[in-house]
Amino acid sequence: MTKLLVADSAASLARGWSVQRRVIGALLMREVLTRYGRHNIGILWLFVEPMLYTLGVTALWNATMSFHGTTLPITAFAVTGYSTVLLWRNMPSRCVQAIEPNLSLLYHRQVKVIDIYLARLILEAAGAGASFMLLSIVFSFLGMMDLPEDILLVIGGWLLLAWFGMVLALFIGALSEQYEIVEKLWHPAAYLSFPLSGAAFSLHALPERAQHYLSYVPMVNATELLREGYFGSQYIAVYDTKYLILFNLVLTLFALAEVRKISRIVVPQ
Amino acid sequence: MIRVENVNKVYRTHGGDSVVLRDINFKIARGEKIGILGRNGAGKSTLVRLMSGAERPTSGAIYRDMSVSWPIAFGGAFQSSLTGYDNLKFICRIHGVDAKEHVAFVQDFAELGKYFREPIKHYSSGMRARLAFAISMVVEFDCFLIDEVVAVGDVRFHEKCRVELFEKRADRAMLIVSHDAHFVREHCDHAAVLEGGELRMFNSVNDAYVYYDARMH
Repeated sequence: MTKLLVADSAASLARGWSVQRRVIGALLMREVLTRYGRHNIGILWLFVEPMLYTLGVTALWNATMSFHGTTLPITAFAVTGYSTVLLWRNMPSRCVQAIEPNLSLLYHRQVKVIDIYLARLILEAAGAGASFMLLSIVFSFLGMMDLPEDILLVIGGWLLLAWFGMVLALFIGALSEQYEIVEKLWHPAAYLSFPLSGAAFSLHALPERAQHYLSYVPMVNATELLREGYFGSQYIAVYDTKYLILFNLVLTLFALAEVRKISRIVVPQ
Repeated sequence: MIRVENVNKVYRTHGGDSVVLRDINFKIARGEKIGILGRNGAGKSTLVRLMSGAERPTSGAIYRDMSVSWPIAFGGAFQSSLTGYDNLKFICRIHGVDAKEHVAFVQDFAELGKYFREPIKHYSSGMRARLAFAISMVVEFDCFLIDEVVAVGDVRFHEKCRVELFEKRADRAMLIVSHDAHFVREHCDHAAVLEGGELRMFNSVNDAYVYYDARMH
């Protein structure tokens, strides 16, 4: 009897997974069409747009010879730094008030609130990731930066940051459906937290007190981790992977709870 | 069979809770066709949304062991910034149906010509209705939810819809919401009256109308 039940629920889980994959795939295609259309370079905008941001910031930092407290070339510092900012900042921005324009899709029972978010998040992470990779390859080809010393660590740092960005996005997105003020506050908060995110400084080069407080910022930990993988021998990275994972886990719990809450109250139109 | 058990739906408003559906119980068997009568604002469309699974009841449960459509021919279930063709593909993808096999049917039925590949927002209301109905026929459901299907379109279009839905799919279950008494009498086996959030089921459509007319006048 129990065996039967287990087999039954496993089968229904597998069915649910296949439906969800289909739905997210369909939403991805739709998102690409509505966002980038079929005109000019179309889907290429997915990574060209973040590339333009990173390129602009790299050029600015080079021009102003920004101080970042290390001996690393500014280009390498800017590419590894700003690519991470795009990851954790754009994902929540895409999820704020994301349900309203998609309300009509909820008429189809298969489409759930979380699918709408996940489609947007996958697209955003793919765009930021592709832009980071392309810029690293192009700049290293031009001799302006080296390729990563420990690629696995870079991927690990990137994935931990993507995880953080995703659950932050789900949390902020779901809150913005319940409280309009969240939308107003998110944008300034995102803008102001950029200088604190670890993209523009090396934690080790800061005064001890600042280091202490900033070590609680999840983005700082992830960026340091990524730079450890990228520069390793030339960079003193300060981070706590366990803390980052714990932070992500707790935020995941809150984010999923909020998403569940709004899936019960959203009314399709 | 679809079983609706003790379903309540409450919306929170600034003026307090508004109970739209109160302790609703009924069943739809395979092939059974039920009409829902009720005044504007009686909660008919809310009931349809709950049946489709687009929205969840505040309490109670709806058990489906047959597949249920979205409210068919309802233009609101589509993306207005996408073309008719892209909408067809989207619906086919989420239902796991091959869109290629249905393009010819939808193009022929909806009579959109070159507009099939234009964004829906540029359509007239008649064009939208034709496309919405055609796409609704692409996925074969066991139970169709029909909320005022005949509200738009001309006589010839109505006749085409009638053939598709009530002749070719005569074996399916249907929940039909309509203000058109003739339409309900022609197609439904039973009817229910929705009033003050409560549903009263009648075995014969005629009895339902007798009750409904007595309450409305």
